[in-house]
Amino acid sequence: MARRAKYKGIDHLTPVDRVVVGLMIAVPTILVLWLVWVPAIGSVLLSFTNWDGIGPISAAKNVGLRNYHDVLTIYPPFVPALQHNLIWLAVMFLFATPVGMFLAVLLDREVRGSRVYQTAIYLPVVLSLALVGFIWQLIYSRDQGLINAVTGGSIDWYGDQRYNLWAALIASSWRHVGYIMLLYLAGLKGVDPTLREAAKVDGASERQTFFRVVFPVMFPINIIVLVVTVIESLRAFDLVWVINKGRNGLELISTLVTSNIVGEASRIGFGSALATFMLVISSIFIVLYLRIVMREQR
Amino acid sequence: MTRPTSEAEYLASLVPASVRGVSRRTLLRGALGAGTLLAAPTLLAACGGSGGSSGGAATGTVTVGSNQSDAVPKAAIQAVMDAFQKANPGLTAKVNTIDHNSFQENINNYLQGSPDDVWMWFSGYRMRFFASKGLAGDVSDVWKNLSGMSDALKKASTGDDGKQYFVPSTYYPWAVFYRKSVFSKYGYTEPKTLDEFKALGARMKKDGLVPIAFGDKDGWPAMGTFDQLNLRINGYDFHVSLMAGKEAWNGDKVKKVFDTWAGLLDLHQPDSLGRTWQEAAQALQQKKAGTYVLGSFLAQQFGKGAEQDDLSFFNFPEVDSNIGADAIEAPIDGYMMAKRPKNEAGAKKLLGYVGSAAAQNIVVKADPSVIATNEQADKGAYTALQKKSVEFVSQAKSIAQFMDRDTRPDFASTVMIPAIQSFIKNPKDIDGLVNGIEKQKQSIFAS
Repeated sequence: MARRAKYKGIDHLTPVDRVVVGLMIAVPTILVLWLVWVPAIGSVLLSFTNWDGIGPISAAKNVGLRNYHDVLTIYPPFVPALQHNLIWLAVMFLFATPVGMFLAVLLDREVRGSRVYQTAIYLPVVLSLALVGFIWQLIYSRDQGLINAVTGGSIDWYGDQRYNLWAALIASSWRHVGYIMLLYLAGLKGVDPTLREAAKVDGASERQTFFRVVFPVMFPINIIVLVVTVIESLRAFDLVWVINKGRNGLELISTLVTSNIVGEASRIGFGSALATFMLVISSIFIVLYLRIVMREQR
Repeated sequence: MTRPTSEAEYLASLVPASVRGVSRRTLLRGALGAGTLLAAPTLLAACGGSGGSSGGAATGTVTVGSNQSDAVPKAAIQAVMDAFQKANPGLTAKVNTIDHNSFQENINNYLQGSPDDVWMWFSGYRMRFFASKGLAGDVSDVWKNLSGMSDALKKASTGDDGKQYFVPSTYYPWAVFYRKSVFSKYGYTEPKTLDEFKALGARMKKDGLVPIAFGDKDGWPAMGTFDQLNLRINGYDFHVSLMAGKEAWNGDKVKKVFDTWAGLLDLHQPDSLGRTWQEAAQALQQKKAGTYVLGSFLAQQFGKGAEQDDLSFFNFPEVDSNIGADAIEAPIDGYMMAKRPKNEAGAKKLLGYVGSAAAQNIVVKADPSVIATNEQADKGAYTALQKKSVEFVSQAKSIAQFMDRDTRPDFASTVMIPAIQSFIKNPKDIDGLVNGIEKQKQSIFAS
């Protein structure tokens, strides 16, 4: 009986194996290049042109940094958009995510009817943000909405820029809370119960058990929740687009990109410059995230 | 200059500046001649034959991309297509209705992808833009067999290269709408000047009405108010060159428009930026508002019959007696053909049909908020509002389209919508506003 040969590195692979390994490397690489890097670099390159989206790209004229200059100097919605994106991130991070975590901790205690609560809180996550926007429209509408009908007020929740960003954030949080709750609940179920028992034996209070034992143990879940929050905030788009196309107090960089690129306007070059700003901002968070993850793995 | 006496003369004034080549005066004089020719429609009908007999044997399916997603016009389009199929047994017309705003937003991708054989669009800069980009099919031979369309309409359908790319179907005027019953109840009269309008507004406020219904959530309806004021304060010629990017937005003339508007804002319905035009129209319909500055499509929010008969309008009041009030806005809607339609013979047959009086009679009957472009259309069946619209446009000396049809789409949507909305929010900083518009205009029109 032939002895099984010891593995001697890639030279030892049969031709079929080599092809398989080759494909396993090549296919994802091509996909990543084609779907991520080509569009990203393409956007950056287009941002130096005045292409209007019609006809061949070769017809576009190189305008240097003019689009960037225009965005920073004469485009009024840009600065509000930047601010709104940061407010969005802050509210999701400091309000919606902690609320989601809190609800998860509560429901993890197996209160009566916890399944009903879980379903109720998770329900909005199943809906698309576009639909969420529509549902809240019924609540916020100035003339026909629920809030004004009940309170007899006449606040224009979606139209008045003093309120509409916060109104949109509540609608967005309504959905985000459910998402975070579910993620966190799954994490809490995975915490070894003996840890809690040990903490109890040592005389720790509920609070101390959570913050000193459970929370640190759940580090990987916390990272996921953090990343989900950042991603959701940066790509915030659908909801405000449904409300008013991201104008009048609801400007976000993503909506500015869309309103310049999509539609009759077709300022592809200008919109790409805006998209590049978004790429840079996202990269900051990606770098931060990678640093945290790398440190964890060390 | 004399006032036009026929519809043909009115239509002559629709011709956009860039295709005119000659001054408007000369053109109007020419249209006088055209008017006499068209005064004998039977003669022309005899050689034309409504329904478009061109193209030989056309069979199969023609697809139609329709942006008429509201219930009333959607049903009207379907009725026309049903009648078309009945008249042409070998042909099937399939309507793909797309939500109005989505259609507008996706138009570039739509036309560069695989568009429907025929699609609905607007005249003006928007039509010529796609024609000059090579995204629209030449329909000159449809026009050869089209009767009842004035020379002026033909010019309004002509691209920069002198070929026709558009078949007009309907149009509608912009004016100040009101309910007759409300006016008679309180004893109001139609104001002729802005001061009278303001005085009327003050009375309406006392009577517990909102003087002017207003909704600008979608961004474009307020452009109409700007256009009306600009036409009254600075006149038609200034409006045309302003839209063409030839005038300074931060000059005194535009500032005066915004200043005047700021003085009217307290008569407008508050919180307009959270309200659609349909919701604002409801305020007029429910007799909570006294007037509404909008296009006659406003009537779609009114019940057919008695309620529509109660709806009436007056011309936007005069601001400056040197300028007068004889320039109005009346945008034309119609059809265009794809660059490479799958069924060209069928598409042309359909375009010939939608331009005919027979088809337009169906549309204006189903949607009484618009009027037919074809002069042979049956005006006897018009509602009071439609009759008044025809009379109104025929009395106008010059006709504009609409801000987002008369200027570059990138300028209208990315600069003017946010600018006008920020004006409504903060009407105090007009200097900052117009300087911002001017800087962006220079950058966009230079590219």
